[in-house]
Amino acid sequence: MFGFGVLKGMSVTLWNFILSYIYPKKGITTVQYPEKKKEVEERFRNFPFLVYDGTPDNMRCVACDICAKECPPKCIYIIPEKDAQGRIQKKPATFDIDYAICMNCGICEEVCPFDAIFMDHEYELSEYDRLSDLMYPKEKLLKPVEHFMKIRPTDCGAIEAQRAAKGIKGRAAQVQSAPAATVKPAETQQNPPANA
Amino acid sequence: MSETALHSQEPQLLEVSIGPQHPSTHGVFRMNVVLDGETIVKLKPVMGYLHRNHEQLAENMSYLASMPYTDRLDYICSMTNNFAYATAVEKLAGIDVPERAQYIRVLMAELTRLVNHTLLVGFLLNDLGAFFTPILYAFREREKILDFFEATAGSRMMCNYFRFGGLKSDLPAGGLEQVKKIVNNYSRFLDEFERLLTNNEILRSRCQNVGILSKELAVSASITGPMLRASGVNYDIRKVDKYSIYDRFEFKVPLGKVGDVYDRYYVRILEMRESIKILQQILKQMPEKGEIISAKGAAAGKSPRMWKPPAGDAYGRIESPKGELGFYLVSDGTPKPYRYHVRPPSFINITILEDMCLGYKVADAIIILGSVDIVLGEVDR
Amino acid sequence: MNIEEIKTDLLKHVPGLELTVEGESFVVPKEKLLETARFLKENEKYRMDYLSCVTGVDYLAARQGQPGQAAVGGQSELASDYLESVNHLYSMEKKQGPIVLKVRVPRNNPRMPSLTPLYRGAEYQEREAYDLFGIVYEGHPDLRRILMWDEFEGHPMRKDYVEEDQDVR
Repeated sequence: MFGFGVLKGMSVTLWNFILSYIYPKKGITTVQYPEKKKEVEERFRNFPFLVYDGTPDNMRCVACDICAKECPPKCIYIIPEKDAQGRIQKKPATFDIDYAICMNCGICEEVCPFDAIFMDHEYELSEYDRLSDLMYPKEKLLKPVEHFMKIRPTDCGAIEAQRAAKGIKGRAAQVQSAPAATVKPAETQQNPPANA
Repeated sequence: MSETALHSQEPQLLEVSIGPQHPSTHGVFRMNVVLDGETIVKLKPVMGYLHRNHEQLAENMSYLASMPYTDRLDYICSMTNNFAYATAVEKLAGIDVPERAQYIRVLMAELTRLVNHTLLVGFLLNDLGAFFTPILYAFREREKILDFFEATAGSRMMCNYFRFGGLKSDLPAGGLEQVKKIVNNYSRFLDEFERLLTNNEILRSRCQNVGILSKELAVSASITGPMLRASGVNYDIRKVDKYSIYDRFEFKVPLGKVGDVYDRYYVRILEMRESIKILQQILKQMPEKGEIISAKGAAAGKSPRMWKPPAGDAYGRIESPKGELGFYLVSDGTPKPYRYHVRPPSFINITILEDMCLGYKVADAIIILGSVDIVLGEVDR
Repeated sequence: MNIEEIKTDLLKHVPGLELTVEGESFVVPKEKLLETARFLKENEKYRMDYLSCVTGVDYLAARQGQPGQAAVGGQSELASDYLESVNHLYSMEKKQGPIVLKVRVPRNNPRMPSLTPLYRGAEYQEREAYDLFGIVYEGHPDLRRILMWDEFEGHPMRKDYVEEDQDVR
């Protein structure tokens, strides 16, 4: 009979219509955002963030510049910290990531040899000004290890186990073990201006 | 003046630009058509609105740094783009891939084929005027595959998952069960979809004998992919080149008879069924444990800006869901490629759009373009 | 496909052909390109009826031979600058291939015959090589810019292309 194909097709839509009432879990797939949000998967990568152990001073980053060199669109800008004599310290003075350029590829996380930069899960990041508000400085990027453990337990657990096995304790242990060398130059520098 | 208008014999031709901003041109694509009444007399495609100079950007970056950019070529099937690029670089540098990584690569490629064909049938029906019902049924099923991509690679569409010599990371815990669920439900979804569409009289009368492409013209115009097979030519790169481990799986290559829009739609439905067969074989044969990246590949990925492949050139190609996707690389022994060229299937399949559309109406031109399956990211690069 | 076998067949059947083998590809002079391609397409043994990829490459002498860099492709006769057009041929009938044909043209006069009379698939790819490199294909039905806009001047993918100053109006 001519028209039978159309009628069979209409039975499919009718069945889907009925299904959305009697079995909503299968029939309706819309998630009412923003009242309800879908859980993101563990490995979801959005924008990068920096990790610190304990306090923000103990950040893992040593300003080696590898992530800035490997970044495909070159959105990471690092200036290493210099001490009084001009020697480069193993710490970044500024670490800017331009979120407007970053394309969430995750290559910076892959190449970092110090487990310092990882991909975050935050995606509700809209701002009003594209040029200034989306350039994230170091203070905005630093987050504790506990945050990393909460969002990605499998990866963080594996990395922490590796670090413990190798005996890497982090910057806090380094500062404690060599206090004299770092404190003295700062003291001598501060005294003359106070006297003058 | 009215006499000349009444007695004039020559047709008055109207030139219309089915312009870059159009909901049915699958992106920023423009067709300049010359119409006689409503029949098409001449058609010239105009492209280049999405030209992002991908090939020159790659000459200034290391080999690995252009991997995220290949995701954005054919932005629907990012896994197969990565696959083609990784194949070309592995051919250039002589890097091998371990067993389990090969299985996961083919798994991702076949899932991408399902993603692409589902989306294409949905959009073709959208162009036909079935406003949004079949496409949302298709998208409902496609979401499950995209969720699996997010769980494995980190992102639904821009996956950046393949590396030279293997993959970036292994499947997550519970990943294989997710794939099993998808594969088991897909045949049922395809049956429902076919019940909705295949024997529909409206679809048949609009799509059959429209936009016919003959075998000789298809081969001469370098057409590849489902469009070629719908015209009756048996050429599938998975069977011809046997790249990766495709020779371990049994699957048929569906062919069409007439080469019209209906054949191109039906060949894609049949290809989806063959992909499901391949996926079932993969799930049975895949080794449980294994390396994810070979030693040479790990060395290449350790410090990408300092890795130097040997000098020479290589052309690596795969059967992407749209046709033959190839990468031609020329290396001069430095970490940056000397020449990087993408052979895009969508760009070359557009060559005979004019031949297929002559003599038909404007509405037919829209569905013929829909059945060619273009993605502007690939056409313009 | 055996390179030596193809070479002997080509030298036998195409009169006046002088070709060199580089790696796995054949460098043919531009005058003999159409004849060679026609022989490969119509000969019963090869039946290369599918032109898969047409690419332009720019070999700028100033870019190669720099200290610390290997020469391109292992070749040493980089006496002058040239543009190159690379064609990959496959066979859909016999499921074999590829045969790679390379043609070299000088930079100051980059004219060469087009493969469009034999393969319609070369149409858009040659237009792209013309647009981005400036290689002029004689015999092409419609040679004009395809990816850049029509009034654009210059050929952007050449190695010596200097980007125009965008602030100057």
